[in-house]
Amino acid sequence: MTVPIWITLLNIFGILAAAVLLAALLTWGERRLLGLWQDRPGPNRVGPFGLLQVVADMIKLFFKEDFVPRFADVPVFILAPAVVMATMLLSFAVLPISPTIGVIDLNIGLLFILAMSSMAVYSVILGGYASNNKYALLGGLRAAAQTVSYEVFMGLSLMGVVMLSGSFNLREIVSAQQDGWYLLPQFIGFVVFFIAGIAESHRLPFDLPEAEHELTAGFHTEYSGMKFGIFFVGEYLSVILISALITTLFLGGWLGPWLPPLVWFSLKTAFLVLLFILLRAALPRPRYDQLMQFGWKVMLPLSLLNLLVTAGALLWIG
Amino acid sequence: MIASQLRSMWLVFRHLFRRNATVQYPEEKPYLAPRYRGRIVLTRDPDGEERCVACNLCAAACPPDCIALQKTEDEDGRWRPAWFRINFSRCIMCGLCEDACPTYAIQLTPDFEMCEYDRQNMVYEKEDLLISGPGKYHDYSFYRIAGKAVAGKKKGEAEQESKPVEIKSLNL
Repeated sequence: MTVPIWITLLNIFGILAAAVLLAALLTWGERRLLGLWQDRPGPNRVGPFGLLQVVADMIKLFFKEDFVPRFADVPVFILAPAVVMATMLLSFAVLPISPTIGVIDLNIGLLFILAMSSMAVYSVILGGYASNNKYALLGGLRAAAQTVSYEVFMGLSLMGVVMLSGSFNLREIVSAQQDGWYLLPQFIGFVVFFIAGIAESHRLPFDLPEAEHELTAGFHTEYSGMKFGIFFVGEYLSVILISALITTLFLGGWLGPWLPPLVWFSLKTAFLVLLFILLRAALPRPRYDQLMQFGWKVMLPLSLLNLLVTAGALLWIG
Repeated sequence: MIASQLRSMWLVFRHLFRRNATVQYPEEKPYLAPRYRGRIVLTRDPDGEERCVACNLCAAACPPDCIALQKTEDEDGRWRPAWFRINFSRCIMCGLCEDACPTYAIQLTPDFEMCEYDRQNMVYEKEDLLISGPGKYHDYSFYRIAGKAVAGKKKGEAEQESKPVEIKSLNL
């Protein structure tokens, strides 16, 4: 290892702190943006522009009673929120943020992230199961079915990128986009991955596991206090993660003229996070069977077609 | 279908540049029309006397039953409420009492800021309700117009009132 240990440590804790902090700030950012899009200011009281709303929320969540229902499966109930947080933070380890920033350079980085985001579904299912509540269980079931079906073509949609760059290593994928982002040659892959990403992070319009109108709060119905907060931070972490991943895979990661790599990466990721929030503000939630149908009958054939065409084109070019 | 989804996203996005529909309340007050239905007051006639004649019509009209009063009669023949009580923790500001009032005594004002820490403080007595002015109707005085005889005004002496018919006299 040529890199001094303190730089590695700085990378690890810097990324950890930045990810958690940004996820927490996103609770404020999302509410503010949703407010503006609904012609109202949103939280703007605590601190400058309401930025300290996060702190206020944190204090509130920490001082709430840490309630565990009598009928819950206690160890699993406590473990569930930790799983989503852990898997999401682990995924951040392989993200190449700039040529010098990034914790680890795995040669199967992409597979690692896909595996971690599949692991995250355990959190939702276990949370729903351990709550011993009908709403929670229904939410957990939905989450399981949704994640399993969207996982399939989430992976498939990325195979085009892998074929073009010839690597699972995220750094090499970014370097391979030196001549042009994969957004254009892999546009279908981009769209499919984006939609699958929304479903993976249980964001609106695909937030059926927690659909407030049908399932009160779905899998986290019985959660309160900071455990509830961790579920939310996990959700925001996954939004940031999916956005950062799309940036890396389709938008050329840190590549860009004039500005330093870190700024380019942050800008692209922030833009995608905005898009996530805009989707939440604008689109209604589909019915559950529509969601499944859309996944299996539209998205899966589309990603297979994309795979076929990419492979054919690559072979034809030589 | 995709086009309509994109269009709705674009339409929502455009709201970023719209003015807020809401008002920053404690610093910025919303506009309240002069006849906004808020806190209830009891007004006085131009002579400074209480307008309320304790007819109980407001109490009868009140849907949540938050008005209570007791009638007394002065030695000059005027009716007055001995006490008059409105429980604002029940009041729904519907204004039906104002509609029912035959003497313009009870009126609603453009004020809704009546927060109290103690629920009992939401019960307003007559002293709390009475204001010194005539409210929205500056010249109206019930006893000057009504046919009721009170001290200093016999039957038929009210404004726009003709003399009572003397049915026992012969000069019809």
